Amino acid sequence: MAQEPILTARGLVKRYGRVTALDHADFDLYPGEILAVIGDNGAGKSSMIKAISGAVTPDEGEIRLEGQPVHFRSPMDARAAGIETVYQNLALSPALSIADNMFLGREIRKPGLFGKLFRTLDRSAMEKMARSKLSELGLMTIQNINQAVETLSGGQRQGVAVARAAAFGSKVVIMDEPTAALGVKESRRVLELILDVRRRGLPIVLISHNMPHVFEVADRIHIHRLGRRLCVINPKEHTMSDAVAFMTGAKTPPGEAIAA
Amino acid sequence: MAEPNTAAQPSQEFEKVLVNSSTEVASFDTHDKTPLQKIQHFLHSTPAAVPFVVLVVSILVFGLAIGGRFFSSYTLTLILQQIAVVGMLGAAQTLVILTAGIDLSIGVIMVISAVVMGNCAVTYGLPAPLAVAAGFVVGGACGLLNGLLVSRLKLPPFIVTLGTWYVIMSTNFIYSENATIREADVTAVTQWLHVFGVTFKVGAAVLTLGVVAMVVLVFGLWYALNHTAWGRHLYAVGDDPEAAKLSGIRVGKVLLSAYTIAGLIAALAAWVSIGRNGSISPSAAVTDYNLQAITAAVIGGISLFGGRGSILGTLIGAMIVGVVSMGLNMLGADPQWKVFLTGVLIISAVAIDQWIRKVAA
Repeated sequence: MAQEPILTARGLVKRYGRVTALDHADFDLYPGEILAVIGDNGAGKSSMIKAISGAVTPDEGEIRLEGQPVHFRSPMDARAAGIETVYQNLALSPALSIADNMFLGREIRKPGLFGKLFRTLDRSAMEKMARSKLSELGLMTIQNINQAVETLSGGQRQGVAVARAAAFGSKVVIMDEPTAALGVKESRRVLELILDVRRRGLPIVLISHNMPHVFEVADRIHIHRLGRRLCVINPKEHTMSDAVAFMTGAKTPPGEAIAA
Repeated sequence: MAEPNTAAQPSQEFEKVLVNSSTEVASFDTHDKTPLQKIQHFLHSTPAAVPFVVLVVSILVFGLAIGGRFFSSYTLTLILQQIAVVGMLGAAQTLVILTAGIDLSIGVIMVISAVVMGNCAVTYGLPAPLAVAAGFVVGGACGLLNGLLVSRLKLPPFIVTLGTWYVIMSTNFIYSENATIREADVTAVTQWLHVFGVTFKVGAAVLTLGVVAMVVLVFGLWYALNHTAWGRHLYAVGDDPEAAKLSGIRVGKVLLSAYTIAGLIAALAAWVSIGRNGSISPSAAVTDYNLQAITAAVIGGISLFGGRGSILGTLIGAMIVGVVSMGLNMLGADPQWKVFLTGVLIISAVAIDQWIRKVAA
């Protein structure tokens, strides 16, 4: 890779009491790629992702976005910097509408007196933008953008969450187990969505336990083990069994993979 | 739809069979529904519809049973006068219930605010605006205390407000020595404390400024809940606090604001109640204003689990209780029937809420 990574982490350490979740972990994400992060339960991959998305603050180490050091104290900070996360539980508010959910926490106010004085929301602008974002991702056979999210199926909800991240994530989109709760067909649709988002030029960090999905869409696979990055492999050069073997420690990764 | 791409041609063996299957999965089409499902969907998107129907039906039933007397604008506006205070407390309660909380102290906050207003004006001889302001400070401070305990110490709202209910009620009795301030004493000092009792006529209808205040308050809150970010955040916090937090909403701040505003509304209700009652009695604290406010909200379709319901429903809920009690009065029924019917209405309202929540795509 000749390109400079867009997001890097060096020597991240996070301790919870006596447990060391992150032990000098490194991380690199290059522009326009899908980087899968895999690792056994307890390997510290979610702690690392939380550090990158601002949900936890690492005890040591440095995170750089486009070469500039960043210090996220909350997910808000990361969002402001252009890093959007699709959480496993989606972080959608079931009783609110699709449009309300897409703009939750960053509502648009009406211009002029009404917006300033009465803080009136610009409903039509938000609905228009929500609709166009959903259509861009091919999710727009929807009739009612004011439909409550709880009336949608699992795949549709995932679609709304992905559309929200893609709409506002200007630099990086992180997806935590996007297919874990979905059926076979809905998973397929979400994988297409992920590829759509990449086509639009956004790099994606994909956390998943589903090896077939990971090997299908990922450009590179970051394998996390015992609180640190074990190696980064190319899915075209290794098999799923290799990946699982590296992940569980059954096999030692080849030397050049560690350098990647 | 996006054009077919590599992912559309499944690379996994077990997914090959999917190529010929329907690709409609993630489209948002709505299939045919039974009429019952359509009703369920309508009620889901229009939470104030059920109480509205109940209100219309109860007005019709009592109208038929009592006759023209009931339909007179005098009677109907008298009902509004009677529910002004409970309607306002219900509105305050609604804000808290929407966050999936409950405020058991709202009634005694109102009473202590009224006592402070009265004492400031009559006993300390402060000018009326200062006396009223003192009442608002006390109401707001009580609400703020509830909000801090709920949002900072993360204690359950039920326990927090049960505790502050006792604390505020006893403070009220100790501070006031349970002495009622007579109407004449208030009137001798100022007219301002009774301003919400001022009546005016619109045709045959007799309204008080208190009724106007309640309606303005409810519509103001309706606007804030539906057309400002704060309102949307209040719903989101009550719906799923974890999701709200991850969406970047400062949950603690929203909770704090809900309880504090509820306290301030209780102070406004105190001012209105002075206008309605004339005198100021600390022993009003034993009246079950809390339960009446919760009843109005619940009958109005505000879900006790948070995040659902329209504040207009609360206003309608308060009206339902007003219509039922006035109707039974005029029929000369035992007042206990009103209590009986209120109980039936509460249970029905919660049962309907549960049914609406089961709405499926």
